[in-house]
Amino acid sequence: MSYATALRCRKCGREYPLEPLNLCDFCFSPLEISYDYKRMAKAVSQEKISGGPPNMWRYKDLLPVDGDVVDIGTGFTPLVKADNLGRELVLDHLYIKNDCLNPTYSFKDRVVSVAITKAREFGFDIVACASTGNLAASVAAHAAKANMKSYVFIPSDVERGKLVGIAIYNPVLVMVEGSYDDVNRLCSQLAQRYNWGFININLRPYYAEGSKTLGYEVAEQLGWCAPDCVVAPAGSGLLFTRIWKSLDELSMLGLIGPVNTHMYLTQAAGCSPIVNAFQSGALHVHPVKPNTIAKSIAIGNPADGYYALRVARQCGGGACAITDEELVEGMKLLAETEGIFAEAAGGVVIAGLKKLVASGVIKRNELTVAFITGAGLKTQEAVAEVVHPFVIKPTLESFEEVAGNQA
Amino acid sequence: MVKRRVMFTFPPELIKEPIIYNLGQQFKVVTNIRRADVNGDRGWVVLELEGESKDIENGIAWVMSRGVRVDPVVGDIVEG
Ligand SMILES: Cc1ncc(COP(=O)(O)O)c(C=O)c1O
Ligand SMILES: [Zn+2]
Repeated sequence: MSYATALRCRKCGREYPLEPLNLCDFCFSPLEISYDYKRMAKAVSQEKISGGPPNMWRYKDLLPVDGDVVDIGTGFTPLVKADNLGRELVLDHLYIKNDCLNPTYSFKDRVVSVAITKAREFGFDIVACASTGNLAASVAAHAAKANMKSYVFIPSDVERGKLVGIAIYNPVLVMVEGSYDDVNRLCSQLAQRYNWGFININLRPYYAEGSKTLGYEVAEQLGWCAPDCVVAPAGSGLLFTRIWKSLDELSMLGLIGPVNTHMYLTQAAGCSPIVNAFQSGALHVHPVKPNTIAKSIAIGNPADGYYALRVARQCGGGACAITDEELVEGMKLLAETEGIFAEAAGGVVIAGLKKLVASGVIKRNELTVAFITGAGLKTQEAVAEVVHPFVIKPTLESFEEVAGNQA
Repeated sequence: MVKRRVMFTFPPELIKEPIIYNLGQQFKVVTNIRRADVNGDRGWVVLELEGESKDIENGIAWVMSRGVRVDPVVGDIVEG
């Protein structure tokens, strides 16, 4: 049995049993898993975790699952010391958490692995989600592994390149004609009508916990300590809150020392409701209409925006919005300095990091981790302009004509 | 009878209008406010609507036509 004890309302504190349920019946605020940390602390140790499998399930004791897990090999991705990029930005201790290297090429495999495991525990035959790409691919892949049927709803303007990466796992792929808002509305109705495991609706409290493994891994890979600064992307804001929660938990469990991490949240300027709220000093996040090429984090009405905002403020962190031009430069910079091809969300993170360092917010000697959450091959259009090869005839003369004599 | 949980976000010029009252009156929809924050220039309200499906649909369409943004309470469901 896991150490999870209840679902708890983040606003009013009311408790609910561990069921597929995401909103407090009373105040309609999101529910979060509560744990018995006293018992958990007795069960976990650095040695036990380090001796676990080389994937996210080495942290199973800190996750809300009871039995066998649905695992396609997710997690324990590289934490790379980024000296070239650090030199470029004038940062002495920079690390890249490269979560491109998950089975479906984004960090979503972490959240989905937990969600589908729970869906199976709860006895659902069918799982579903609505997504513009990363989540859809991950749900379809995990459902395949779990021998479950999956329904994946996508807006009709999803890039064709992404469709193959979803369809190959053979989900029921449903393309909805209409705007992003129309798809939202439809899915909220579907979720009420059908008894499905809706990955990011009724399974959301469980799904959310999967993101914690990103933070656990970073702390373990740094030799069991928390970084000074974290720079991460925010769509719904959930990932951001869970990186913070993961460090907080490790400290509470005595696995790392006190946490003084400054958390910096980055969004694309074309969809930055959380950054807007942070910068204006607002208490709440007001929805916006998304308009950016960073589609994977273009969430106009972020479900966990309020909580992400609170984390950024609480820990003395910050928030930073990045234009589409800047994020493209960020993608190129990361690829050219560290050999890592990130998707647009990663471009936002790197461009954000650059701004935060240049403006003196992140100091040169601070140990900083930038979270790269999805792979570049998914959003190739964003940087298609990098392709301008020399075109030559298959002769030495032709090569030397364009490149000069390299001998 | 069905229930629907929604969030209304009001632009400044609509803060003073009795939109929720009118929604209840004109569309036979029972409105039950759970959370809200309204200040000088902006506001949002999280509420449950109860009524016939058709009335709720028509009511929401009218609220939107007035310039209010209507979202699911769970936030955007379509993710990256
Ligand atoms: C690559 C990538 N990065 C970041 C995010 C944002 O995650 P969250 O919605 O938890 O803020 C997403 C998902 O939406 C994503 O696909
Ligand atoms: Zn509550």
